[in-house]
Amino acid sequence: MVKSARGIRDTAYKYATALLGSSAFVFIFVIAAVLIIFSYPSIVVYGRSFLTTIVWNPALSSNLIQVHGFPAMSGASYGVLVFLAGTLISSVLALLIGVPAGLGISIFLAQVAPKKVAGPVSFLTELLAGIPSVIYGFWGILVLGPFLLYTLEPALAHYLSFMPWFSGPVYSSGMLASGVILALMIVPIIASISRDAMLQTPESLKDGGRALGLTDWEIMRKIIIPYSKSGIVGSIVLGLGRALGETMAVAMVSGASVNILPKTFFYPINTMAAFMVLNMDSAFTDPSAMFVHALVEMAAILLLITMAVNIIARARVRHGFVSSSEGLVRV
Amino acid sequence: MSQTKQIEDSAEEDRVSGRRAGPSWDSLRKSPSYRNRRIKDKVIKILVIACPMLVLVPLLDMLYMFVYRGAQAMTIERLTTMTVGGAALGGGGLANAIVGTLLIIALSTLFAVPIGVFAGVYIAEFSGNNRFSQMIRFTADVLAGVPSIVLGYVGFLLLVLEFGWGYSALAAALTLTVLMFPYILRTTELSIRRVPDSIREGAIALGSTKTDMINRLTLRFAIPGILTGILLAISISVGETAPLIYTAGFGNYIPSALLHQQVGYLTGIVWSFSQIPSAEAHDLSYLSSFLLITIVIIINIVARVGLRKFTKI
Repeated sequence: MVKSARGIRDTAYKYATALLGSSAFVFIFVIAAVLIIFSYPSIVVYGRSFLTTIVWNPALSSNLIQVHGFPAMSGASYGVLVFLAGTLISSVLALLIGVPAGLGISIFLAQVAPKKVAGPVSFLTELLAGIPSVIYGFWGILVLGPFLLYTLEPALAHYLSFMPWFSGPVYSSGMLASGVILALMIVPIIASISRDAMLQTPESLKDGGRALGLTDWEIMRKIIIPYSKSGIVGSIVLGLGRALGETMAVAMVSGASVNILPKTFFYPINTMAAFMVLNMDSAFTDPSAMFVHALVEMAAILLLITMAVNIIARARVRHGFVSSSEGLVRV
Repeated sequence: MSQTKQIEDSAEEDRVSGRRAGPSWDSLRKSPSYRNRRIKDKVIKILVIACPMLVLVPLLDMLYMFVYRGAQAMTIERLTTMTVGGAALGGGGLANAIVGTLLIIALSTLFAVPIGVFAGVYIAEFSGNNRFSQMIRFTADVLAGVPSIVLGYVGFLLLVLEFGWGYSALAAALTLTVLMFPYILRTTELSIRRVPDSIREGAIALGSTKTDMINRLTLRFAIPGILTGILLAISISVGETAPLIYTAGFGNYIPSALLHQQVGYLTGIVWSFSQIPSAEAHDLSYLSSFLLITIVIIINIVARVGLRKFTKI
């Protein structure tokens, strides 16, 4: 076979684009390498206790000593338990609030709403997904904080005082504020992807239900939801992934607590992402640099958690994260 | 249960007497089980209509607040002077932030589009869904799930510190490139896959090379979808703060170089000035939020509505 110039051009094009495609591997490799290299001292010095210690104390005024060959501060203690708790509990709270709301919206859009209403509401919902998170945080400070402080939290503390989680002083920032803001951010994800999953139910199945005399809700419950279950579960897990990695809005409303585990829903919390964004530069005031290493280890743990969640989610959502023929939803 | 019994009994009767089968519509309509089902249906419908209300109320409040107060805070002076920073003051204007945002987004789009689009071309056209392209797709999905703060931290450690670039526009742009890449890759791949094979077969039948076929034909049809993906990736990047804080720092002037000079950006204004208790700072925050929301709304409208008209397929 003669190797023509045209054939060579095709082969060159193929290899050029393959090379660009492998940039994905380069990116992920660089991220992993930087995280591992910069967190290695902290992993060696603090080991498994990093995950269970509550106190995060860089002890900048104590003495510089050597531990296992790495410089460290003598009084320092690093542990991510507070941040793990804050991240996980606020995300679960966000799911508890956001999943019913999001599914409700998707049911509304997929079945109940007339076409003229469904279009604008759909658009507004996807617009919610695109609003920058600092704006959510700003709104949280201005509106949500006072609302929680003066209206909602006193009400909860009054009516639910028999539960220890709703007792004690109320604050405008903390667990509840973070949970609500995160819920607002994941509702559009759950709503859009679930709606698309539901709309893919074949009309013939729904017609079969109508022919049998099922009410709309029964059609939804017995036909549409079982059919789109994997898409719905995938959307929930994607929403969880977003909530876990959310930084700015939570940094503004979480109350930025340190060294205490939250005891009530009103307590200030701290999440891994928020703590990182608030401390990234002050970490460099540590002469032993262990603060930096510990912070990078926290970043690595956060990455592992969100990666695991996202991989589980992608396995279930049908077309990756492209939610509709019109485009994608920020996930 | 009673309904089934009813049906069985009347079926029994009909078999014996030869009448038309089934309970009468009237008896069915009045039966308690049927009415229960209808009540449940209506109750659920009310609940379901209440859900979007619950969520739309904060959204509309947000939009109203930032659009209204942002528009109030808009003056020509604020749009054209530089920020006067500092935790105590927080005043001045947004010129540096606006230019900085545009600069960073332009740079990162410039890098991300060629890489993302042509990687998507490889996966969609050349690879035949082999292991290599499956791994690329999987890795891109993993990349999409990396929290932006982690990406920013890696960019900070690698570009700002190790490479010695300092807080700079280039560091910020490269970090955002990695952020945008998976979205552009995915939408390009899907848009190209949507182009029907008949078009490709026509090109091959006319003796076209694969390169020409892709560049001149397939991509032409896929461009609306690809553009949608790029626009939405831009919309996501415009709203990002965490990766920018530690790669671009915050500069009060328009940078004259891509390295070693801090850059301002609108989200950074919202982040720092919203927590400064002065009316001036809050006004700038409102104005920045207004500009950001406007950009996001415009991009969303263009991407969803405008490009739909150009989609030939």
